[in-house]
Amino acid sequence: MSELSWWVLAACLSAYAIKLCGYFVPRKVLDSPIMSHVASTLTVALLASLVTVNAFTSGQELVIDARIGALGAAIIALVFKAPYLVVVLVGALAAILLRATGLAA
Amino acid sequence: MTKFLTPATKMGLSISIATGLYGISFGALSIAAGLNLWQTVALSALMFTGGSQFAFIGVISGGGAGSAAFSAASLLGVRNAVYGMQIKQSLRPQGRQVPWMAQLTIDESTAVSLGQAHMDEKRRGFITAGAGIYILWNLFTMLGALLGEQMGDPAVWGLDGAAVAAFIGLLWPRLKSMQPVMIALAAAVLTALAVPVSAPGMPILITAVCAAIFAVFTSGKVPNATEHGRLRSVEQEPGQEQE
Repeated sequence: MSELSWWVLAACLSAYAIKLCGYFVPRKVLDSPIMSHVASTLTVALLASLVTVNAFTSGQELVIDARIGALGAAIIALVFKAPYLVVVLVGALAAILLRATGLAA
Repeated sequence: MTKFLTPATKMGLSISIATGLYGISFGALSIAAGLNLWQTVALSALMFTGGSQFAFIGVISGGGAGSAAFSAASLLGVRNAVYGMQIKQSLRPQGRQVPWMAQLTIDESTAVSLGQAHMDEKRRGFITAGAGIYILWNLFTMLGALLGEQMGDPAVWGLDGAAVAAFIGLLWPRLKSMQPVMIALAAAVLTALAVPVSAPGMPILITAVCAAIFAVFTSGKVPNATEHGRLRSVEQEPGQEQE
């Protein structure tokens, strides 16, 4: 097995170990009011962070491309209470159309 | 099984398809980065956390060492421990369920689960999204790896736009009052500021740490506006608010 294959396996083991860690935090810690507040705040912050990373970044650069159009179109779909899958498809379509028409990279 | 298509399972299946399809680009990009078919398949089957997988192949394709790829993937995976804590808190799994539930604990399954109001729906959402994505993500990773580089650019299929829509679609239902909106905007700005000055994957962790510190210092001072807080307020003041 090549050296890279060993790093692949090591990274897989590490990822699973980290996932397991979340389940072995003592229940007392999880039941505190502070933990509840931290958990709900983290959820919103992490999702917002993931939106930002997926919409505006390429590697370590901030970029504006067709994905901002996808974000805008998805938000419009959400405002009109579109089903989740429609929101996702609208995002994909907006990106395709913006690129096909040359309006965005 | 009588109520198979509940709101939670529908959302779980929707995001399974959207996220699963994205596996094509991972598979193809992984091959383009220089990993072989089995390394690519192993990442999706064993690591199974998209952000970390993309971080791993991103470092390799940029000329980075295996150890650097390992570090980047592991750092990006730390948020799954946070998700694990949240899932354990909300679903209270039995010990023998933990090994497979841990493996299915990713962005999408956690978000779909936490977005539901009732225990049964939380469980259905977690399992549908987790298992659905696991199956489709692995199938499409294999397909993408076999198809190779020409399908590797997710932009051609609008899949990068679909990913953005998928994440905003998960965030949206949680923005029901001013506090989560402000937290989301602050998190977005902080992430954007961190992107140029930190390694790929780190902005998400930096944002998570700052959000946690903020939450610790504001706990008890501000009304809890999101799901866990609402449940807790129901426990403390019965009758005031019904789920």
